[in-house]
Amino acid sequence: MAVQVQVTSVIQKVVDGQRQLDAEGLNVAELIDDIERRYPGFRAQLMDEHGQLHRFVNIYLNDEDIRFMQGAATALSDGDCVSILPALAGGCHLP
Amino acid sequence: MPVSIYIPGPFRRLTHNREYVSVEGTTVAEVLDAVNARYPGFDMLVYNRERAIPAHINIYVNNQEIHELDGTATALQDGDQLAVIPAVAGGAGAPGNGAVPASAALTPDEVMRYSRHIIMNQVGPGGQRKLRNAKVLVVGAGGLGSPVAIYLALAGVGTIGIVEFDTVDLSNLQRQLLHQTADVGKRKLQSARETLAAYNPHVTIVGHEAPLTSDNAFDIIPQYDIIVNGADNFATRYLVNDAAYLSGKTLVDGSILLFDGQATVFKPGSGCYRCLYPAPPPPGLVPSCAEAGVLGAITGIVGSIQATEVFKQVLDIGEPLVGRLLLVDALTMEFRTMKLRRDPECPLCGEHPTVTTLIDYDQFCGSPPLVAPEPEPAAVGGDS
Repeated sequence: MAVQVQVTSVIQKVVDGQRQLDAEGLNVAELIDDIERRYPGFRAQLMDEHGQLHRFVNIYLNDEDIRFMQGAATALSDGDCVSILPALAGGCHLP
Repeated sequence: MPVSIYIPGPFRRLTHNREYVSVEGTTVAEVLDAVNARYPGFDMLVYNRERAIPAHINIYVNNQEIHELDGTATALQDGDQLAVIPAVAGGAGAPGNGAVPASAALTPDEVMRYSRHIIMNQVGPGGQRKLRNAKVLVVGAGGLGSPVAIYLALAGVGTIGIVEFDTVDLSNLQRQLLHQTADVGKRKLQSARETLAAYNPHVTIVGHEAPLTSDNAFDIIPQYDIIVNGADNFATRYLVNDAAYLSGKTLVDGSILLFDGQATVFKPGSGCYRCLYPAPPPPGLVPSCAEAGVLGAITGIVGSIQATEVFKQVLDIGEPLVGRLLLVDALTMEFRTMKLRRDPECPLCGEHPTVTTLIDYDQFCGSPPLVAPEPEPAAVGGDS
């Protein structure tokens, strides 16, 4: 399935600064694998070493949070839009 | 036929300070037109865009309000006395919203100052008094807190609380509207007070000059109706979320980084920050604005959205940003909304809560505790 992926904020740095890219996959996990093949290090931004999605990064299929669907197993259709959205803290302060 | 019309104080700048004007006209509308012909601009004061008399203006013929007569079509007799009164009656029967607690009428100065709000049907004098009675807490007087506090003060929100313990740093001035060059080294709270008082001396600014902690949050948050989060770190963000939920308060949340912004409104029962992001990132993984940078103007965009949501909450108008997460991308200038749901498994607001009081948020976020700097202005600055 050809899916458009929108990447916000700090995760852009691992995909060469792109805000939007095309990727393939029957579900979200496969989609992440597809991007990982081209941009090694991408998966680690979203998942831990056990394949569990980080709880401070949200992935939306169209406008729905995949945690409330089938998580990484959520099926994708041609033309879907997946958005990847990490939590932001600012305001702004020294860490 | 000649008719005398009384011009109220706030409108007399148009009539060269004349208290009474004598014009010709056979109906109220004709008289108003005649006054406008002589003093252009008078129209804008007594009519709204639909060319109706707005709710905050009463017009009397002799001593009778024209709504009880034939409105602006009311016929006039030679020697009739007209009066235009922008004052607002208190209590029941007030125009606008009947839910407003009885309180003093707006002063003529207030009517003029807030006239661009009051002439809108969604606000009216009743709405303006709701704003005057509102108590809103702004967490942080930095990038987001600045536009939020300024717009709330301009709108006449009667009580604005500010939590801030930092000092103005030169690097703050790229985006933090409350502070100016001469304020560098000053306490941010002091600088914020001065700026807001200059904008609107009629609002009360309540300062809380300490880091918000699990020990003081329940002393501060319950004093307010609405909480606005402009916090600059995850520990404070989760603390404000939990304290607002446990106090039953609506939380208007916003955050920014680089060219991106996020905003949403959490009402108790409709989801919370923990439903959106169940856990904070490990320290160092998501950089702060100090490390990664932030576009100054995005703080204005997101802060103005937060102020707008407060305004809507106080006035109970429109569709609040509840159950939706607004994403702003300044580079593509795209605004998108994602669905935000209450998570039944949420440890705070879910079916079986395990967070029932405030916890140690520094430990939860793995971050060192915030320490208030010494009162002496120091060159080292935070960036909040």
